[in-house]
Amino acid sequence: MATFTINGRAVESAAEPDTPLLWVIRDELKLTGTKYGCGVALCGACTVHVDGEPARSCQTPVQDVDGRQVTTIEGLSADSSHPLQKAWIAEQVPQCGYCQSGQIMQAAGLLASNPRPSREDIVAHMDGNLCRCGTYDRILGAIERAVQEG
Amino acid sequence: MSAHLQPRTTALSRRSFLLTLGGAGVAVAFGGVASVARAAAASGAAGGLTPNVWVTIEADGTVNLISPAVEMGQGVKTALPLLIAEDMDADWEKVRIVQAPSDAKTYGNPGFYGIQLTGGSETVRGYYQLLRLAGAQTRKVLLAAAATQLGVTVGELATEPGRVVHAGSGRSLSYGQIAASGMLPDPLPRASEADLKPAAAWRYIGRHEVDRVDVPSKVDGSARFGIDVDLPDLLHGAVLRPPVPGERPERIDDSAARTVKGVSRIVALPYGVGIIGESTDAVRRAKEALVVTWSTTSRVRRYDSAALAAIYHDIGRDLSRTGVTARAEGDAPAAIAGAARVIVADYLTDHVHHATMEPMNATARVSGDTVELWAPTQGPTATQRFAAIAAGTTPEKVTVHTTLLGGGFGRRAEDDFITDAVLLAREVEGRPVKMVWSREDDVRHGKYRPLAAQHVEVGLDASGAVVGWRHRVVADSIFARTLPQMFESEGGLDTVVTDGTIFNYRVPAHLVEFIRQDNGRDVGFWRGVGYGQNNFGVECTLDEVAAASGVDPVAFRLQLLSGQPRAQKVIETVAALAEWPRPREGRALGLAYTDAFGAHCAEVVEVSLNRESGEIRLHEVWCVVDPGVAIQPRNIEAQIAGAIVFGASHALYEQINIVAGEVQEANFDTYRVLRMSEMPRIHVTVTPTPENKPAGIGEVGLPPIGPAIANAVARLTGGVRLRHYPFLPDRVKAALAG
Repeated sequence: MATFTINGRAVESAAEPDTPLLWVIRDELKLTGTKYGCGVALCGACTVHVDGEPARSCQTPVQDVDGRQVTTIEGLSADSSHPLQKAWIAEQVPQCGYCQSGQIMQAAGLLASNPRPSREDIVAHMDGNLCRCGTYDRILGAIERAVQEG
Repeated sequence: MSAHLQPRTTALSRRSFLLTLGGAGVAVAFGGVASVARAAAASGAAGGLTPNVWVTIEADGTVNLISPAVEMGQGVKTALPLLIAEDMDADWEKVRIVQAPSDAKTYGNPGFYGIQLTGGSETVRGYYQLLRLAGAQTRKVLLAAAATQLGVTVGELATEPGRVVHAGSGRSLSYGQIAASGMLPDPLPRASEADLKPAAAWRYIGRHEVDRVDVPSKVDGSARFGIDVDLPDLLHGAVLRPPVPGERPERIDDSAARTVKGVSRIVALPYGVGIIGESTDAVRRAKEALVVTWSTTSRVRRYDSAALAAIYHDIGRDLSRTGVTARAEGDAPAAIAGAARVIVADYLTDHVHHATMEPMNATARVSGDTVELWAPTQGPTATQRFAAIAAGTTPEKVTVHTTLLGGGFGRRAEDDFITDAVLLAREVEGRPVKMVWSREDDVRHGKYRPLAAQHVEVGLDASGAVVGWRHRVVADSIFARTLPQMFESEGGLDTVVTDGTIFNYRVPAHLVEFIRQDNGRDVGFWRGVGYGQNNFGVECTLDEVAAASGVDPVAFRLQLLSGQPRAQKVIETVAALAEWPRPREGRALGLAYTDAFGAHCAEVVEVSLNRESGEIRLHEVWCVVDPGVAIQPRNIEAQIAGAIVFGASHALYEQINIVAGEVQEANFDTYRVLRMSEMPRIHVTVTPTPENKPAGIGEVGLPPIGPAIANAVARLTGGVRLRHYPFLPDRVKAALAG
């Protein structure tokens, strides 16, 4: 039985200990903003924060987050007021939108540890997050805007 | 039929009937006199004024607009209602957008055979006139109702966003106030082209950029895609498919799978094994624990993509192998036979996969002979049919709720994921089953763009002028499977596979042939489909011809496009923006152009090449697109940039290999798509020509990028041609080695 905090709320999961955190988040906790994309940490669509660090929830057994703090896109801010969310809207980043929760959570992890990243820092940090619609330009622009506007 | 309308298709004439003569029908439905109209709108709005099947205005001023197409990233959920809003002079802040129900009779695309399928870059083009007319008719209804309320004539009234204004008295009525009065003119006014706002009076189209309505939900996790559907008593499902299409399970050992906690049913399907359980994780574990012996009789077992590529290439070159003629203008073979010089070029394109970020999925509930579906589908009405076949019922017994789509690109026009969900739901009558493919299922069981060979021959006279152009396309057919009636009626021509071979370059003799192959593996639509494949052959051959004649590729194209100012303009503009042909140290420029989907799109790329490794680096892309009317230029920029990424990805990296019928790729490690670190800098310039109808813009950015890269590599290397998508390093090295 894994007990952890998700978006500030204490929860416990009776799922098998090796169940990917992704499916606990989606099926049990009904937080569907976190997406399934590849199941093997190749695309980043399932990115959440575990104790503030970006993690691929599809490759994180639920037992590994026992006693830890998990944040999903739904918990990044209460009202889309995180600088990245505001920048994502200002830059009109999403197309299909399926990968964008993971993109934002991955980017949020970067800004938390490096508030003034260079373009190269951003690209290196975001390279594991795929976007099939090809919104990379606007993702970059939105991160740079969030850095500027804080 | 309105005398003002010139119907383009039968479907349009039916729709214009609804909007013009049909107005009388609507009035009859509300009673013979101008009276209180409380129609139940398709939008589900409580009460309100409903002047047509697209609009319901509520007393509080909320304007409900139906969006008939599905949103898969292209922005139509915003663009289509905006057209209605323009001509009815709605206040966009008061607009609420409602997804249309599955109902092709009412909401089918008049420019796309009247079907309700989102694809082929047909949406804005097809609905443009109809939705603007719906807006214009709504405005006339509002004006007539306001005239009655204010005791003035319609001629004294004008509209501002959300409001009818009487300048003479300074009085005005909001649309909400008009709706609240419940007055509806009888008969309802009709609308014709003469009622459309002139371009100079547009408030939204091409003038005011609105935010996409779906964006807020896509930054806070609240957007609901098919995979996010949740319902009371929901069960989860998965399907294990055979390694080779066409096989069936002969022996199923489910002893281990049955012991997985949370698994409730394991069932044999005609083409696989279905698993139903309490969670995604449970059905995933059970699927991995299944041991299935498959039949070994499928003809697809003989499918070997590399071998077929070589065979198709040879068929293309063997002129004794004839096919179906797609175009025959003049006598191209004779012109080529008598030419002073002949350029011969062959091109190959491997299978490519859609790789939508949201894997295939659907949720179904079967109760008796009725089916309810929640599905990310490009074609809600086709989905009714697919589900009816799977459930053994009739399409009208199937209700489809269309969700957001996490990418489509043609893959979500297919039936396989719908069939899966319905077959599983039949096993647990009354309970909904959400069926989700794994990424590996999605990659291995794709409906790939056809493997294709192109053979191009161009005859030149002594002065270097083109005298004949022959283009042969060798590929399996998409339409033969998906639209067999159309395929038959076209005499075996598959126009979606040959798209792009018929171009607007002026050549005196032109022959296009489709030499259909059938090796049993399903092939499907893809972003840009035939254009993405054939523009490679056309645009690279043009550069080869220009090089052979010692003519600059820009000048050569401008000459072949004489008398076509829109085409010439995009090429001239992109050349200027890229500072063509200024040399770059260690890099080169390449150009390509397309007139696909009613647009004009020219791209110049700047590339470099690592001759040791064979890796191509794409540094910069300049693109100029003339979309006709640009409804939302900022969204056009995004669509073009996205298509450039998609096109570059497929020209450089993407490849499905099939060996003995088995797909070798399975996930994003082996099916490689372009990542952020591989991004070029992209400069998109939209040059609208508002006097022209809107073009399709979701795909047109894709076709030119591949040939532009190949043309740049040729200029960088003194003429080394890349002839096979994707341009993998080994292929590049082989080309360099000659």
